[in-house]
Amino acid sequence: MSEIRGIYTLWLREVKKFLREKPRLLNAFCQPLLWLFIFGTGLRFSANVAGHNYQEFIFPGLVCQAMLFTAMFLGVSVIWDREFGFLKEILVSPVSRPSIFLGKMLGVSTDVMLQGIIIFPFALLIGASISPFVFLRALPIMLLITVGLTCIGLVFASLMKSFEGFGLVQTFINLPMFFLSGALFPLSNVPQWLVWVSYANPLTYGVDALRTVMMGGAWAPLFPMYVSIGILLAFDAVMFTIGIYAFGRTE
Amino acid sequence: MSPIIETFALTRRFGSTVAVDAINLAVREGEVFGLLGPNGAGKTTMLSMLCTILKPTSGTASVDGYDIVRQHAMVRRSIGIVFQDPSVDADMTARENLQMHADLYGVPVSEQNDRIQSVIELVRLEDRVDTFVSTYSGGMRRRLEIARGLLHYPKVLFLDEPTIGLDPQSREHIWDYIQKLREREGMTIVLTTHYMEEADRLCDRVAIIDHGRIVALDRPSDLKKGLGGDTITLGTDDGRVLRDLLVQNGVSDVITVQDGEVRVTVSDANVLLPRIIEAAVGAGIRIEHVSLSHPDMNDVFIHYTGKDLRQEEVRRKRFGRMAMMRLRRAR
Ligand SMILES: Nc1ncnc2c1ncn2[C@@H]1O[C@H](COP(=O)(O)OP(=O)(O)OP(=O)(O)O)[C@@H](O)[C@H]1O
Ligand SMILES: [Mg+2]
Repeated sequence: MSEIRGIYTLWLREVKKFLREKPRLLNAFCQPLLWLFIFGTGLRFSANVAGHNYQEFIFPGLVCQAMLFTAMFLGVSVIWDREFGFLKEILVSPVSRPSIFLGKMLGVSTDVMLQGIIIFPFALLIGASISPFVFLRALPIMLLITVGLTCIGLVFASLMKSFEGFGLVQTFINLPMFFLSGALFPLSNVPQWLVWVSYANPLTYGVDALRTVMMGGAWAPLFPMYVSIGILLAFDAVMFTIGIYAFGRTE
Repeated sequence: MSPIIETFALTRRFGSTVAVDAINLAVREGEVFGLLGPNGAGKTTMLSMLCTILKPTSGTASVDGYDIVRQHAMVRRSIGIVFQDPSVDADMTARENLQMHADLYGVPVSEQNDRIQSVIELVRLEDRVDTFVSTYSGGMRRRLEIARGLLHYPKVLFLDEPTIGLDPQSREHIWDYIQKLREREGMTIVLTTHYMEEADRLCDRVAIIDHGRIVALDRPSDLKKGLGGDTITLGTDDGRVLRDLLVQNGVSDVITVQDGEVRVTVSDANVLLPRIIEAAVGAGIRIEHVSLSHPDMNDVFIHYTGKDLRQEEVRRKRFGRMAMMRLRRAR
């Protein structure tokens, strides 16, 4: 019972902090806008994505991007907790390590979901027809993407001792995962090696599933839905397990 | 009654530094126990191990009957700690910080508001309770941390330099409350401090720790007595006459004369002073002024941790003799 209370309070803390951070919210709102209109418009005229409106094509990718970057940034915030001493207060409490991890994970995941959802109104601006029904179908897929990504962020945070390491996460996790997920270009006409590397990236399956749901018949899925969902579930399970293990070892 | 905290050759190394060196210690239930020692002596390391956030290199300890290594979850339920370093979330309000703490420690929801109110009043942060901690002064943050440590009525409370940076009123106030809480809840308190006066007033027993080892452990009054007693300084025209008289009467062997002042070292000045005056008056010696000094915890601290007395061989000698040597050297 008190474990649940502990998880709840850790969750609440993350969400409160997220909503209070006004500049970050503003940034969260504006960055996808830039991608969508500048990058999207530019590429629409120079690259040819057969049969699609390019903006509509990258929209699900940008949702994934926003969630990816947020998950990494907030996951790594555990380092701040360590730096400012608050982590000690949590670690010395009777709440077990797995529960601490779960509370933190749920909190950051909520933020990441909010971040993804914030972007949806832009879909209307680019003329994509996203009905409430489509939106509701996108949510569970977004959740599957979120959990795994959040756990990656938290695992890194438990390994790093200072915030300097965040640059590494940026270079070796954020950007490769984003660029190699098919978010910006279809994987249908790229070299084979790039296809294989992308298939090793869990986010590829998230982007593909999200596109399948959001673009309907206009998109030919790379994988059947059950494969994407299955892989995302496995990804979440593996990262969650690693996370619990890594957190149990933090001092 | 078995001790509430007991350490068994508790040791922690950091590389080649031995921060805590095979310490054996027992703290009784309901006691206020002080850990004194110079910077880097190993006090924080000791507390970190006892509150289970640092694993011992070897040895172990029990807190409230639970082993700190094997049963750390149970230990955590029994303890509270105020860390030496800041540990509040500055992006939250004081109330939110306290609320989180209450939740983490399973304080029943129905009691949370009352308890938060009472600790907030204790540290006198009522008018700031709903502002962000980032706007607090250092002392206000410290007070909030203390309030937080008291929120869940732990059986054992660890305080690592709790009143550092606090103004005298806040300090008084907090100690009064802790005394009360301890009586009411039967709490055991282990604290470290660099304020000797605080240790003297509050601690039932004090351990002086240096280089990771305990160099003295006793009640503050006994530690002070161990230094060889009080000093009586008497002003008179002819110090030597007075000295000879006092030696004859067997008041003390440790008497010095300097510039007409006679300094007498005795075990209990309050009892011996009337006898000295009587003797002097009886012998027709006029005494112009008298002053008394009792050794305080500062003297005790310097005595056990001072540089020149640090060598092993000196440490083993009897306290009384050392005190005399020190007095002689000071002359
Ligand atoms: N994390 C650490 N890594 C390396 N050495 C450490 C670490 N923590 C403590 N030490 C070393 O252990 C020794 C004891 O440190 P500790 O913090 O316990 O001292 P302390 O008695 O609390 O001192 P202070 O009065 O300054 O708070 C010191 O020599 C310190 O340098
Ligand atoms: Mg310390």
